[in-house]
Amino acid sequence: MHTRPEDIVITSDNSSRLCARTIKADFPVLSQDINGHKLVYLDNAASSQKPQSVIDELSRFYSEDNANIHRGLHTLAERSTNAYESTRKRVAKFIGCQNPDEVILNSGTTAGINLIAYSWGEEHINEGDEIVITEMEHHANLIPWVILAKRKKAVLKRIPITSDGRLNLDDIENIITDRTKILALSHMSNVLGTINPVTEIAEIAHKHGAIVVADGAQAVPHMPVDVSTLGVDFYTFSAHKMLGPTGVGVLWGKKELLDKMQPFMTGGEMIREVHFDKVTWAEIPHRFEPGTPNIAGVVGFAAAIDYLENIGMDKIRQHEIEITRYALEKLSKIDKLDIQGPTEPDIRGAAISFTDHNVHPHDISTFLDSKGIAIRAGHHCAQPLLRILGKVATARASFYIYNDEADVDALVQAIIEMKKYFGV
Amino acid sequence: MLLDDMYRDVILDHYRYPRGRKPIEKKDFSSIGHNPACGDDITIQIALENGNISEIFADCKGCAISTASGSIMAEYIKGKAVDEVKHIAQNVRQMLKGEPCELPDDMGDIDALEGVKNFPVRIKCALLAWITLIEGIGNYESGHADEIVVVSTEQGED
Repeated sequence: MHTRPEDIVITSDNSSRLCARTIKADFPVLSQDINGHKLVYLDNAASSQKPQSVIDELSRFYSEDNANIHRGLHTLAERSTNAYESTRKRVAKFIGCQNPDEVILNSGTTAGINLIAYSWGEEHINEGDEIVITEMEHHANLIPWVILAKRKKAVLKRIPITSDGRLNLDDIENIITDRTKILALSHMSNVLGTINPVTEIAEIAHKHGAIVVADGAQAVPHMPVDVSTLGVDFYTFSAHKMLGPTGVGVLWGKKELLDKMQPFMTGGEMIREVHFDKVTWAEIPHRFEPGTPNIAGVVGFAAAIDYLENIGMDKIRQHEIEITRYALEKLSKIDKLDIQGPTEPDIRGAAISFTDHNVHPHDISTFLDSKGIAIRAGHHCAQPLLRILGKVATARASFYIYNDEADVDALVQAIIEMKKYFGV
Repeated sequence: MLLDDMYRDVILDHYRYPRGRKPIEKKDFSSIGHNPACGDDITIQIALENGNISEIFADCKGCAISTASGSIMAEYIKGKAVDEVKHIAQNVRQMLKGEPCELPDDMGDIDALEGVKNFPVRIKCALLAWITLIEGIGNYESGHADEIVVVSTEQGED
């Protein structure tokens, strides 16, 4: 890791904590000024920044190895294929999966969930069946199920949320029934930050014979995830939220389920034998990877995983618990500011949505940007949840490995100035 | 970025003390506008007297820019002829989108909205009130005044 002498300052008395300042130096984009202020990047739940090692790996791949994969018999094709396939193994190991064939590389979380809805869903969902989701789902883990339910005349049921943004499981035995075929839920909410008790709910769903799909887009970047013990059947996430390139994602699924699934998209690469009147499919994972994938992105993704593992996912989670604790404490002291989601840092991630009683989230975002602070404002692709919260939009600050207490302080200071500026 | 260029004093004044918030008793037409990207909503109700706008209710729930834009509109169009208002509203829309426009010399507080042009992501906020008004007038002119038009900034306003 890139280290400069002046950075060897532990910002905390707890030496097991990571040093965000040292890490920040590895991310070239973070060293700039925005609108005359040092950039404070707090939009990590939307997309993370990339370390130099990932940027270098993309450049190295295009400069040295680039060719299409699984096809050519020349040296570059072999190098590309090896690099691509070794990322698959790297990803498998990272999420505790024993068999890399269960790892499907695609364009992102959205692609993974749509694949399950259109492939597994098409075959197994019938009229009157139930699909269970939660009220806190991102549109990516919501719309495919809404459409599937409509297409099949199935019933879409949902697990409600409590006032502090956790899943309300009081009525779970009536929500998940023998008619339930799919339970789809987010591992960590992109709006509330809530970490859901996936294993506990998956057990109930399995008791009723349903399959369980977890949206891990917000979880995998921020905490250790082990699919071998999580208790789900499918798990999806995106590289760009975890230091990797955009346009790369992962669908992990149990082999016995994937083996029986029909492809969702067809074309090159995903076949065994093709005739004018008959086609047989390739084995998994290739059956679900039609066309030329984002090869360079996948190769760069391995560098991102290396970076995260060098720090250690446990340490990252610990860092985020601490920064969330600090942020919640500071933000909750600001007058007329409402914070969404659980108040205990150990059951939530570092995406913190908030609203001001008087200043609209879009004005908050514009004002903070003028101070160099990047946050997200809007409905966060979770309109039904926002309606339940009674908000049209929220502002969201989301933290990552390169953020520290000083970034929280900058945010809090800017919010206080903002209130004066708008004077309402 | 000059924040004060968008949030001019006039804008902030309209935001803090929005005009046109008194419900009207007998409306001649109304329209509802919505900005799906941020959830801003506006309800416009208009009463006429001899072809002039005698009363206007413009209730905007949204950010400082959309609230101020609705308030500026309410203040400016009161007492003016419907034809003239339609022409002005269309030209304000052009101005906000950076297109050629003809605006009257006496613009009231409308010119304060000009700073929004430099913040592309916020143009829709300022547009909402004006396109909702244009649609409402269009509906009234085509004899459908009793139907409420619902306008979305996502419809051809990119």
